[in-house]
Amino acid sequence: MTGLARALISLACTLILSSQALAIDGSAAFSDVATQARYDALAHNLRCLVCQNQSIADSNAELAADLRRQVREMIAAGQSDQQIKLFMTERYGDFVLYEPPFSARTSVLWAAPLLLLLACVGGAWRVIRRRSQQPIDDTSTEDVVGSKDANVGRSS
Amino acid sequence: MWRHLTPAIAFALLGISLTWVLLRIGSHDLDVREIQSPLLGKPAPIFSLPSVLDAAPRVESGHFLGAPYLINVWGSWCAACREEHDTLLKIASQHQVTLVGLDWKDDPNAALAYLSELGNPYTEVASDQEGRVAIDWGVYGAPESFLVSAQGIVLFKFVGPLTEAVWNDQFLPRLQKGAP
Repeated sequence: MTGLARALISLACTLILSSQALAIDGSAAFSDVATQARYDALAHNLRCLVCQNQSIADSNAELAADLRRQVREMIAAGQSDQQIKLFMTERYGDFVLYEPPFSARTSVLWAAPLLLLLACVGGAWRVIRRRSQQPIDDTSTEDVVGSKDANVGRSS
Repeated sequence: MWRHLTPAIAFALLGISLTWVLLRIGSHDLDVREIQSPLLGKPAPIFSLPSVLDAAPRVESGHFLGAPYLINVWGSWCAACREEHDTLLKIASQHQVTLVGLDWKDDPNAALAYLSELGNPYTEVASDQEGRVAIDWGVYGAPESFLVSAQGIVLFKFVGPLTEAVWNDQFLPRLQKGAP
Protein backbone atom coordinates (compact mmCIF):
# COMPACT_ATOMS: atom_id res chain seq x y z
CA MET A 1 0.00 0.00 0.00
CA THR A 2 2.85 2.37 0.76
CA GLY A 3 4.27 1.53 -2.66
CA LEU A 4 1.02 2.59 -4.31
CA ALA A 5 0.88 5.78 -2.24
CA ARG A 6 4.45 6.59 -3.24
CA ALA A 7 3.63 6.01 -6.91
CA LEU A 8 0.59 8.30 -6.66
CA ILE A 9 2.63 11.05 -4.99
CA SER A 10 5.35 10.89 -7.63
CA LEU A 11 2.68 10.96 -10.36
CA ALA A 12 1.11 14.05 -8.77
CA CYS A 13 4.54 15.72 -8.60
CA THR A 14 5.16 14.96 -12.26
CA LEU A 15 1.81 16.47 -13.22
CA ILE A 16 2.43 19.60 -11.14
CA LEU A 17 5.89 20.06 -12.64
CA SER A 18 4.73 19.48 -16.21
CA SER A 19 1.89 21.99 -15.83
CA GLN A 20 4.58 24.58 -15.17
CA ALA A 21 6.38 23.84 -18.43
CA LEU A 22 5.67 27.41 -19.46
CA ALA A 23 8.60 28.41 -17.32
CA ILE A 24 10.10 28.07 -20.81
CA ASP A 25 8.95 31.67 -21.33
CA GLY A 26 11.06 32.76 -18.37
CA SER A 27 8.16 34.14 -16.34
CA ALA A 28 4.38 34.02 -16.32
CA ALA A 29 2.95 35.76 -19.37
CA PHE A 30 -0.10 37.14 -17.57
CA SER A 31 -0.49 38.42 -14.02
CA ASP A 32 -4.14 37.33 -14.02
CA VAL A 33 -4.31 33.65 -12.98
CA ALA A 34 -7.34 32.81 -15.15
CA THR A 35 -5.78 34.37 -18.26
CA GLN A 36 -2.51 32.55 -17.60
CA ALA A 37 -4.48 29.28 -17.35
CA ARG A 38 -6.12 30.00 -20.71
CA TYR A 39 -2.72 30.68 -22.24
CA ASP A 40 -1.27 27.46 -20.73
CA ALA A 41 -4.17 25.39 -22.04
CA LEU A 42 -3.90 26.89 -25.55
CA ALA A 43 -0.12 26.50 -25.71
CA HIS A 44 -0.40 22.87 -24.59
CA ASN A 45 -2.99 22.14 -27.28
CA LEU A 46 -0.98 23.68 -30.15
CA ARG A 47 1.58 21.49 -31.85
CA CYS A 48 5.11 22.70 -32.49
CA LEU A 49 5.39 22.16 -36.24
CA VAL A 50 9.18 21.85 -36.29
CA CYS A 51 9.40 19.27 -33.51
CA GLN A 52 6.13 17.54 -34.21
CA ASN A 53 5.83 15.51 -31.02
CA GLN A 54 5.94 18.52 -28.72
CA SER A 55 3.42 21.24 -28.02
CA ILE A 56 4.52 24.86 -28.39
CA ALA A 57 4.47 25.02 -24.58
CA ASP A 58 7.20 22.37 -24.39
CA SER A 59 9.44 23.40 -27.27
CA ASN A 60 12.50 25.60 -27.40
CA ALA A 61 12.26 25.96 -31.18
CA GLU A 62 12.18 29.53 -32.47
CA LEU A 63 8.93 28.89 -34.31
CA ALA A 64 7.33 27.66 -31.06
CA ALA A 65 8.45 30.88 -29.35
CA ASP A 66 6.96 32.93 -32.21
CA LEU A 67 3.67 31.02 -31.95
CA ARG A 68 3.57 31.51 -28.16
CA ARG A 69 4.09 35.25 -28.74
CA GLN A 70 1.22 35.17 -31.25
CA VAL A 71 -1.08 33.45 -28.72
CA ARG A 72 -0.11 35.92 -25.96
CA GLU A 73 -0.77 38.91 -28.20
CA MET A 74 -4.13 37.57 -29.37
CA ILE A 75 -5.23 36.87 -25.78
CA ALA A 76 -4.10 40.37 -24.76
CA ALA A 77 -6.09 41.77 -27.71
CA GLY A 78 -9.21 40.10 -26.30
CA GLN A 79 -9.55 37.30 -28.85
CA SER A 80 -11.41 34.13 -27.85
CA ASP A 81 -9.87 30.63 -27.77
CA GLN A 82 -11.95 29.81 -30.85
CA GLN A 83 -10.54 32.79 -32.75
CA ILE A 84 -6.98 31.86 -31.80
CA LYS A 85 -7.45 28.22 -32.85
CA LEU A 86 -9.04 29.36 -36.12
CA PHE A 87 -6.07 31.68 -36.76
CA MET A 88 -3.69 28.73 -36.33
CA THR A 89 -5.66 26.20 -38.40
CA GLU A 90 -6.13 28.70 -41.26
CA ARG A 91 -2.33 28.82 -41.51
CA TYR A 92 -1.10 25.42 -40.39
CA GLY A 93 -4.15 23.16 -40.88
CA ASP A 94 -5.90 20.91 -38.34
CA PHE A 95 -2.56 19.23 -37.65
CA VAL A 96 -1.55 22.16 -35.45
CA LEU A 97 -4.26 21.19 -32.95
CA TYR A 98 -3.68 18.20 -30.67
CA GLU A 99 -7.46 17.82 -30.66
CA PRO A 100 -8.46 18.14 -34.32
CA PRO A 101 -12.09 19.25 -34.85
CA PHE A 102 -14.61 16.74 -36.18
CA SER A 103 -14.92 17.16 -39.96
CA ALA A 104 -15.25 15.01 -43.07
CA ARG A 105 -11.47 14.60 -43.20
CA THR A 106 -11.08 13.70 -39.53
CA SER A 107 -14.24 11.57 -39.26
CA VAL A 108 -12.28 8.31 -39.66
CA LEU A 109 -9.82 9.44 -37.00
CA TRP A 110 -12.56 10.16 -34.48
CA ALA A 111 -14.81 7.24 -35.38
CA ALA A 112 -12.10 4.55 -35.55
CA PRO A 113 -11.85 3.82 -31.78
CA LEU A 114 -15.63 3.53 -31.48
CA LEU A 115 -15.88 1.31 -34.58
CA LEU A 116 -13.06 -0.93 -33.32
CA LEU A 117 -14.76 -1.24 -29.94
CA LEU A 118 -18.08 -2.14 -31.60
CA ALA A 119 -16.31 -4.71 -33.80
CA CYS A 120 -14.64 -6.30 -30.75
CA VAL A 121 -17.89 -6.40 -28.77
CA GLY A 122 -19.71 -7.82 -31.79
CA GLY A 123 -17.02 -10.48 -32.32
CA ALA A 124 -16.97 -11.44 -28.66
CA TRP A 125 -20.76 -11.64 -28.58
CA ARG A 126 -20.78 -14.00 -31.60
CA VAL A 127 -18.16 -16.31 -30.08
CA ILE A 128 -19.90 -16.39 -26.71
CA ARG A 129 -23.27 -17.09 -28.30
CA ARG A 130 -21.85 -19.87 -30.47
CA ARG A 131 -20.12 -21.50 -27.52
CA SER A 132 -23.16 -21.32 -25.31
CA GLN A 133 -25.24 -23.06 -27.99
CA GLN A 134 -22.74 -25.94 -28.23
CA PRO A 135 -23.63 -29.14 -26.36
CA ILE A 136 -20.97 -29.90 -23.75
CA ASP A 137 -20.22 -33.33 -25.25
CA ASP A 138 -19.97 -31.96 -28.81
CA THR A 139 -17.40 -34.01 -30.74
CA SER A 140 -17.50 -32.05 -34.00
CA THR A 141 -14.30 -30.22 -35.00
CA GLU A 142 -16.14 -27.77 -37.26
CA ASP A 143 -15.70 -24.87 -34.88
CA VAL A 144 -12.09 -23.75 -34.52
CA VAL A 145 -12.67 -22.15 -31.14
CA GLY A 146 -14.62 -25.12 -29.80
CA SER A 147 -12.43 -27.89 -31.31
CA LYS A 148 -9.84 -27.97 -28.54
CA ASP A 149 -12.48 -28.38 -25.86
CA ALA A 150 -14.19 -30.98 -27.98
CA ASN A 151 -10.97 -32.99 -28.33
CA VAL A 152 -10.41 -32.96 -24.60
CA GLY A 153 -13.94 -34.18 -24.11
CA ARG A 154 -13.42 -37.04 -26.59
CA SER A 155 -10.16 -38.30 -25.07
CA SER A 156 -11.52 -38.52 -21.56
CA MET B 1 -10.29 -24.60 -45.13
CA TRP B 2 -10.88 -20.86 -45.74
CA ARG B 3 -11.71 -20.38 -42.12
CA HIS B 4 -8.20 -21.50 -41.14
CA LEU B 5 -6.50 -19.37 -43.78
CA THR B 6 -8.35 -16.14 -43.06
CA PRO B 7 -6.14 -14.98 -40.14
CA ALA B 8 -2.98 -15.80 -42.11
CA ILE B 9 -4.24 -13.87 -45.15
CA ALA B 10 -5.30 -10.90 -43.03
CA PHE B 11 -1.90 -10.86 -41.35
CA ALA B 12 -0.09 -11.10 -44.70
CA LEU B 13 -2.11 -8.15 -46.10
CA LEU B 14 -1.33 -6.08 -43.01
CA GLY B 15 2.36 -6.95 -43.30
CA ILE B 16 2.47 -6.09 -47.00
CA SER B 17 0.75 -2.71 -46.52
CA LEU B 18 3.01 -1.75 -43.59
CA THR B 19 6.12 -2.77 -45.54
CA TRP B 20 4.91 -0.72 -48.51
CA VAL B 21 4.50 2.41 -46.38
CA LEU B 22 7.93 1.87 -44.75
CA LEU B 23 9.59 1.45 -48.15
CA ARG B 24 7.95 4.65 -49.42
CA ILE B 25 9.20 6.55 -46.36
CA GLY B 26 12.65 5.01 -46.87
CA SER B 27 12.79 6.07 -50.52
CA HIS B 28 11.54 9.60 -49.64
CA ASP B 29 8.37 9.22 -51.77
CA LEU B 30 6.37 9.79 -48.65
CA ASP B 31 7.26 12.39 -46.02
CA VAL B 32 5.24 11.68 -42.90
CA ARG B 33 6.33 15.01 -41.42
CA GLU B 34 5.00 17.00 -44.35
CA ILE B 35 1.90 19.02 -43.60
CA GLN B 36 -0.69 19.78 -46.28
CA SER B 37 -0.98 23.58 -46.47
CA PRO B 38 -4.51 24.92 -45.94
CA LEU B 39 -3.51 27.88 -48.17
CA LEU B 40 -3.68 25.89 -51.42
CA GLY B 41 -6.32 27.32 -53.75
CA LYS B 42 -6.77 30.35 -51.47
CA PRO B 43 -5.58 33.95 -51.89
CA ALA B 44 -1.93 34.37 -50.90
CA PRO B 45 -1.38 36.18 -47.57
CA ILE B 46 -0.60 39.85 -48.06
CA PHE B 47 2.45 41.45 -46.49
CA SER B 48 4.51 44.59 -46.38
CA LEU B 49 8.08 44.18 -45.17
CA PRO B 50 11.40 46.03 -45.34
CA SER B 51 13.62 45.01 -48.22
CA VAL B 52 16.93 43.23 -47.75
CA LEU B 53 18.17 44.65 -51.05
CA ASP B 54 18.78 48.33 -50.51
CA ALA B 55 17.24 49.22 -53.87
CA ALA B 56 13.60 49.09 -52.77
CA PRO B 57 12.27 50.80 -49.63
CA ARG B 58 9.60 48.19 -48.87
CA VAL B 59 8.39 44.90 -50.33
CA GLU B 60 4.62 44.89 -50.90
CA SER B 61 2.95 41.58 -51.84
CA GLY B 62 0.32 43.39 -53.96
CA HIS B 63 3.11 44.59 -56.21
CA PHE B 64 3.64 41.06 -57.60
CA LEU B 65 0.04 40.51 -58.81
CA GLY B 66 -0.40 40.22 -62.57
CA ALA B 67 2.33 37.64 -63.10
CA PRO B 68 2.98 34.30 -61.34
CA TYR B 69 5.53 34.47 -58.55
CA LEU B 70 7.45 32.15 -56.27
CA ILE B 71 7.80 32.93 -52.57
CA ASN B 72 10.97 31.23 -51.39
CA VAL B 73 11.46 31.10 -47.61
CA TRP B 74 15.13 31.02 -46.67
CA GLY B 75 17.73 32.35 -44.26
CA SER B 76 21.48 32.75 -44.26
CA TRP B 77 21.49 30.36 -41.23
CA CYS B 78 19.77 27.61 -43.22
CA ALA B 79 22.06 24.88 -44.54
CA ALA B 80 19.47 23.24 -46.80
CA CYS B 81 18.91 26.63 -48.50
CA ARG B 82 22.47 26.55 -49.83
CA GLU B 83 21.64 23.19 -51.38
CA GLU B 84 18.83 24.64 -53.49
CA HIS B 85 20.56 27.89 -54.39
CA ASP B 86 21.86 26.75 -57.79
CA THR B 87 18.35 25.57 -58.70
CA LEU B 88 16.96 28.99 -57.74
CA LEU B 89 19.55 30.72 -59.94
CA LYS B 90 18.56 28.44 -62.82
CA ILE B 91 14.82 29.11 -62.29
CA ALA B 92 15.54 32.84 -62.23
CA SER B 93 17.40 32.61 -65.54
CA GLN B 94 14.34 31.02 -67.20
CA HIS B 95 12.13 34.07 -66.45
CA GLN B 96 8.93 32.02 -66.01
CA VAL B 97 8.11 33.40 -62.56
CA THR B 98 9.14 36.32 -60.40
CA LEU B 99 11.32 35.06 -57.56
CA VAL B 100 10.54 36.68 -54.22
CA GLY B 101 12.71 35.78 -51.27
CA LEU B 102 11.32 35.78 -47.72
CA ASP B 103 14.38 36.13 -45.50
CA TRP B 104 13.08 34.42 -42.36
CA LYS B 105 14.35 35.31 -38.87
CA ASP B 106 17.64 36.51 -40.23
CA ASP B 107 20.01 39.43 -39.96
CA PRO B 108 19.59 41.45 -43.20
CA ASN B 109 23.34 42.04 -43.37
CA ALA B 110 24.05 38.30 -43.10
CA ALA B 111 21.44 37.78 -45.84
CA LEU B 112 23.14 40.33 -48.09
CA ALA B 113 26.54 38.69 -47.53
CA TYR B 114 25.00 35.30 -48.39
CA LEU B 115 23.57 36.66 -51.65
CA SER B 116 26.78 38.38 -52.70
CA GLU B 117 28.65 35.12 -52.05
CA LEU B 118 26.28 32.75 -53.88
CA GLY B 119 24.54 35.10 -56.35
CA ASN B 120 21.07 36.67 -56.11
CA PRO B 121 18.23 34.82 -57.86
CA TYR B 122 15.55 37.08 -56.34
CA THR B 123 13.78 40.04 -57.88
CA GLU B 124 12.97 41.17 -54.36
CA VAL B 125 13.85 39.95 -50.86
CA ALA B 126 11.60 40.76 -47.90
CA SER B 127 13.10 40.76 -44.43
CA ASP B 128 10.88 38.94 -41.90
CA GLN B 129 13.03 39.26 -38.81
CA GLU B 130 10.17 38.69 -36.35
CA GLY B 131 8.73 35.75 -38.30
CA ARG B 132 5.19 37.20 -38.40
CA VAL B 133 4.72 36.95 -42.16
CA ALA B 134 6.12 33.42 -42.05
CA ILE B 135 3.34 32.48 -39.60
CA ASP B 136 0.76 33.94 -42.02
CA TRP B 137 2.17 31.62 -44.69
CA GLY B 138 2.16 28.61 -42.35
CA VAL B 139 5.93 28.26 -42.62
CA TYR B 140 7.44 25.66 -40.27
CA GLY B 141 10.92 25.19 -41.70
CA ALA B 142 13.27 26.56 -44.33
CA PRO B 143 13.49 26.23 -47.21
CA GLU B 144 9.84 26.32 -48.25
CA SER B 145 8.54 27.48 -51.63
CA PHE B 146 5.07 28.72 -52.57
CA LEU B 147 3.92 29.09 -56.16
CA VAL B 148 1.36 31.90 -56.55
CA SER B 149 -0.69 32.54 -59.69
CA ALA B 150 -0.94 35.88 -61.50
CA GLN B 151 -4.33 36.29 -59.77
CA GLY B 152 -2.71 35.85 -56.36
CA ILE B 153 -3.92 32.28 -55.65
CA VAL B 154 -1.55 29.84 -53.91
CA LEU B 155 -1.04 27.01 -56.42
CA PHE B 156 1.51 24.81 -54.68
CA LYS B 157 3.70 24.53 -51.62
CA PHE B 158 6.95 22.59 -51.50
CA VAL B 159 8.88 21.86 -48.31
CA GLY B 160 12.61 21.22 -48.56
CA PRO B 161 15.36 22.07 -51.03
CA LEU B 162 14.20 22.63 -54.61
CA THR B 163 15.78 20.55 -57.35
CA GLU B 164 15.39 20.85 -61.11
CA ALA B 165 13.40 17.61 -61.13
CA VAL B 166 11.00 18.95 -58.49
CA TRP B 167 10.64 22.22 -60.42
CA ASN B 168 9.94 20.49 -63.74
CA ASP B 169 7.66 17.75 -62.39
CA GLN B 170 5.75 19.51 -59.64
CA PHE B 171 5.87 23.28 -60.23
CA LEU B 172 5.75 23.73 -64.01
CA PRO B 173 2.56 21.65 -64.62
CA ARG B 174 0.69 23.71 -62.00
CA LEU B 175 2.14 26.93 -63.37
CA GLN B 176 0.88 26.03 -66.87
CA LYS B 177 -2.51 24.89 -65.58
CA GLY B 178 -2.86 27.93 -63.33
CA ALA B 179 -4.64 25.81 -60.69
CA PRO B 180 -3.52 23.76 -57.66
